[in-house]
Formats: sequence, C-alpha cells, structure tokens
Amino acid sequence: MGKRLNLENTIRGILLLFSTAALVILAIIVVFLFKEGLMLFQHTSVTDFLFGHKWIPAENIYGAFPFIVSTILVTLGALLISVPLGISCAVFLVEISPRWARELVRPAIELLAGIPSIIYGVFALIIVVDVLRVPFNLATGETILAASIILAIMILPIIISISQDSIDSVPRIYREGSYAMGATDWQTISKVVVPSARRGIIAGVILGCGRAIGETMAVVLVIGNVEKLPLSLLDSGETLTSAILLEMGEAVIGSLHYNALFCLGIIPFLIVLVLSMLSSRLITKRVSRFE
Amino acid sequence: MIHPNTSDKIAKIWLWLSALSIILVLLSILGYVFIMGAGSLSVSFILDMPTNNWREGGILPAIIGSLLVVIIALSFATPIGVGAAIYLTEFTKEGRLTKTVRIAADSLNAIPSIVFGLFGLAFFVFYLKDYTGGPSLLSAGLTLGFMILPTIIRTSDVAMRTVSFSEKMESYGLGATKLQTIKNIVLPEAFPGIITGIILGMGRAIGETAPIIFMVSLNPVIPKTIFGSGNTLTTQLYYLAMEGISMDVAFGTALTLITIILILNYSARKMNNYFSRNLRR
Repeated sequence: MGKRLNLENTIRGILLLFSTAALVILAIIVVFLFKEGLMLFQHTSVTDFLFGHKWIPAENIYGAFPFIVSTILVTLGALLISVPLGISCAVFLVEISPRWARELVRPAIELLAGIPSIIYGVFALIIVVDVLRVPFNLATGETILAASIILAIMILPIIISISQDSIDSVPRIYREGSYAMGATDWQTISKVVVPSARRGIIAGVILGCGRAIGETMAVVLVIGNVEKLPLSLLDSGETLTSAILLEMGEAVIGSLHYNALFCLGIIPFLIVLVLSMLSSRLITKRVSRFE
Repeated sequence: MIHPNTSDKIAKIWLWLSALSIILVLLSILGYVFIMGAGSLSVSFILDMPTNNWREGGILPAIIGSLLVVIIALSFATPIGVGAAIYLTEFTKEGRLTKTVRIAADSLNAIPSIVFGLFGLAFFVFYLKDYTGGPSLLSAGLTLGFMILPTIIRTSDVAMRTVSFSEKMESYGLGATKLQTIKNIVLPEAFPGIITGIILGMGRAIGETAPIIFMVSLNPVIPKTIFGSGNTLTTQLYYLAMEGISMDVAFGTALTLITIILILNYSARKMNNYFSRNLRR
C-alpha cells in the first residue's frame, strides 16, 4: 500500500511539473526576447526607436516607425475586409443556412484555417499581386493592400468560428420575442441577435487582429519590403515581422543590429499578448453571464 | 424608407454571398496550387534528390527534414501536454493553478511565429548550442514543440473534461486507485480527443515556416543526424518563391505540403468520428 502511494506521489509530482511547462516556456521566451532586445536601449532611446523615421543598420540608426505604421495599415486593411465578411458568414451559418450549405461551408472554413501561411503567401505573390496591378495602375502590385487582402483571408476562420459560437449561444427566446413582435429575419438578426452576441464577436475580431499583426510569411512575399513610411494602402511597405525575417540573416550575433531585430519582435509580442488576454476575458465573462 | 421585407431580402442575398465567397476563395487557392503543382508532382519528385541547386529533380531532403522536425516536436509536446492535462483535470480542483496554466497556454498559442523564431535562435541555437548542435533539426523541432504544446494541452484538457463523472466514480467505488482510474477509464475515453489534438499539432508543426527559418540550411543533402542542419518543405518553398529560383519546383512543393495537411485534417476528423461512435456503444 505504501509503495503504491509512493508511486502515485511520484507521478503526481512529474505531472505537476508538466502542467507548469506552458508557464515556464512563456517565462523563458520573455527572458530571452527581452534580454537580447532591451540591450538596444543602451544605444538608442526608446522614443528614437519607436518614432525614428530612419532604419539604417550600417550606421546603427534604428527607427522602427515605418515598420510600425506598415503593420498598423496592413492590419487595419485586413480587418476592414474580414470583419464584415466574417460576421456575415457567422450569421449565415447560425441563422439562415440550410443544413446542406452549412455542411459545405463549415469544412471549407476548417480547411482555410489549416492551410500553411507560406502557401497563402505564394498564392498572393502570384495571383493577388497581379490582380491589383492593373485596376490601380501600379508599377508593382506588391503593396500593403495585397498583404491586407491575403491576411483578411487568413483571419476569416478565427473571426467566423468565434463569432459563430457567440451567436449560437444567444438564447432562442430572444429571437422568438422579436418574431412575436412581427420583426423580419433581418430585423431580428441586426437588432437582437448580433447586438446580444457582440462580446464574442469583438473577442473574435481581437484575436483575428492579433493574428494579423503577428503574421510573417504571407506578408513578406507580397508587401514589397521598402523601408520607407507608407502613405496609403497602395504603397509598398515593410512590417515589423517581415523586417525581422529579412534582416536576421545579415545581422551579426550580439551586434546592435541583432538586438534591434529582437526589439522589433518585442512590439508584436506585447501587443498580441494583451489582445489575447483581452479576448479571453470577453469570452469568459460572456459565458458566466449566461450561466 | 425601404420596406422591411425588401431589406430582409437584400440582407439575405448578402449573407448567402458572404458564405459563397468563402467557398470560392478556398477553391481558388486549392485549385490554383493543384493546377500549378500537378505537373511537377510525381513519385520521383518526392523520392529523388534535388539537382542543379533545387532547380530540378526531387525534394527528398526537404521531406525527410519536415518529417524529422515534426517527430521531434511531437515527442516533446505530446507527453508533456497530455501529462499536464491529466494533472489539471484529475489531480487538482479548478483554481488558481488551472486558471494560470490556461492563460499561459492561450498566451503561448497567440505568440507570433516569428517571435518563436527569434526565441529559438537565442535559446536553442546559441544558448544551448553544446546540446542542440546550433542551427540543427533538433533546435527546429524543439522550437516547434514549444509552439504546439498549447494546442495539445488544450485539446487533451477538453477531452478529459468530457469523460463521464459517474464512470470515474464507479471505478473508485470498485476500489480502483487514482492511477488505475486514469489508466483504465480517463485515458481510453479521452483517447480520440487526444489523438485529434496531436494530429492538429502535427499539421501546425509541418506547416510553419517563420519559427524555423533561421535554423535551416539550403544544402541539398539528406540530413544524417538531428544534430546536423537540414531543410523542410516550408522553408524550402519560401526560398524557391522569394528568390524566384524555380516556380515549378515551388508549386510541386506547395502541392506536396497541402496534400499532407489535407490528409491530416481528414484523418483527424475521421478518427474522431470513428472513436466517438465506437465508444458511445
């Protein structure tokens, strides 16, 4: 008996260790990212880094502002396309879709979520870039808009699946109340269902936004990678993530350039962490309110 | 003022179109890759060595590289992830620990893949250089293992939470110990969910590029050990497309990759259905 209890305690100990692994890994990532990144600030001030317009590694000038603006523009562009489309699609699946259509669209969304980002990138590099070039009369289609379009497609599955869960959990009695007042389907959807599900929908949009900010491969192939301040969606640009990817190969380990690239990584890391916590708060609060 | 019935009709058309557009987008991406890649894909494309610096021939080294990093990632993340889920569901009550682990797993899951790349470079490639062999397949596999850990924790956790409470109580009632109950009731019943999580993690690991892009070399040779450098399907695809080396080989590689992912997704769904049907009986 004593032996058995011993075994159980040993296993309990090991499993406890495993259960903290996610936490430990998160901590190690923070330590290594910040240890390498923050070294930059012995040379460059935080304001110069965040708001400097020039990024010239050869002269040790590291201003990340153009990358930050590109990242913001690309993300806003992606949200502009995917939020209306994603919410409509979620509403369609829950409220008006016949069974056969649902059984077609749901797997399609799952597949879309499973396609590797590099394949989205290659597709965008050949098709999206070319499609944009002609109507906008551009020298090159490699623009912020091209990156936004492909990111919009990539984050659609997240926005749809989370909004869909949230719309699904709106109590049926809300809808029935609305119909009883003589409202049409659309009036019920737009005035009752979507407003009641707004927390979950916002959570989905926030998660999608985080994904867009952090995405690298699909963006780097189509955005043109020009280190200047973009002024419109039709300019080329370079995001935080694509700058890291493109320059790490040339950066000497331990050099200021290397530290600066880690610093570029800290920005999306922190933003995405905050967004992820925000969205899980929204989702859990909604659940507890209905229970 | 538009009549409510008219706006209802217009809105419904818009909703149908939004769903249709999703299908069209998916079909155009898949269709395009299939059409462009089908010409290069063949048995010899998969089993041959590349020639002329990846411009012609096959992609065998990349396939072996992908296989190896996925195996390393899974052998790290599966025991730890499943073990963590067992602890969270069977050994503790809902409380501070479970909440913290869930937040940590969600945060880990949200971290941008290029940040994992930076971290892997600093941690596995330089800090643990003596153990991992620097920019090796082992470093790449472990970085991916860190990345898919949350997927495996969360899916196993959910699977174990759905194990019926009364069956567990019956097991204890028959005098079984905690370990026996876990082994005989919890793990078998949660098995389909756990497997689905592992397959999902596998799909994610095989499709990621950014976390391992700083750890691969483009030498067209078969990797001999996991401590040496190698190449994967995704990283090779990136170089082929970015440098414009050979779009034919690039699309052949893309088609190979997408076929693997489709098979994984399909088998995850089938397996889940199969097991849940058989267990319910």
